[in-house]
Amino acid sequence: MTVTIKYFGLVAEAANKFEEVMELNGELTARELKEHCLNGLSITDKDSVQIAVNQNLDDQITLKDGDEVALLPPFAGG
Amino acid sequence: MDKKKPKKVFVQGAIPPEKIAQSVANHQSKTDIGAHSIFLGQIRADEVDGKKVTAIDYTAYEEMAETVFHEIREAAFAKFDITCAHIYHSLGKVNVGELCLFVFTSSAHRKIAIAATNFFVEEIKAKVPVFGKEIFEDETHQWKVNK
Repeated sequence: MTVTIKYFGLVAEAANKFEEVMELNGELTARELKEHCLNGLSITDKDSVQIAVNQNLDDQITLKDGDEVALLPPFAGG
Repeated sequence: MDKKKPKKVFVQGAIPPEKIAQSVANHQSKTDIGAHSIFLGQIRADEVDGKKVTAIDYTAYEEMAETVFHEIREAAFAKFDITCAHIYHSLGKVNVGELCLFVFTSSAHRKIAIAATNFFVEEIKAKVPVFGKEIFEDETHQWKVNK
């Protein structure tokens, strides 16, 4: 199955990309995917990065084919 | 009804001060309103390690942000007896001294409007996926985090 991963802010900067489509083998939770994507990136506080699956902040969810996943650094609106 | 319509929140670049005056003017025909409450966020020239911030470059997870803005509106209308509410947030580069957030609520009475505006601002800062790159005078940058 494939998921689309969107990168934002400092995560996009560290990964040097805004979006990618990733092929996943087997069951994976959002949290596991986040750890996989952030592995090796120079981000000081990886715990501050949240993951949204189809726009919902939930890192416990098991990913499905076609999901849109977003890696969101701390919010800075306003 | 005003409160049910999904509204476009993001504007490209700074929010012009004239927009605030125009918004107030647009509500003068709504004579059940007795109070407006306005919050304006302005880019501050913070100094970090001797370098001054000259601008913030805003990006967002726009689809999710528009959904969250809508949920905040729904929550505000459920919680407060407001007549209407308008939110505008910048995307892209906003220079110091310019406006990046405009929250405008109206009610029959002041306390409700003031509380509703405060609710909007706190919710927006906490829940909306907007990201800000603070650009310094030497073109270096750091990423802003809401406190």
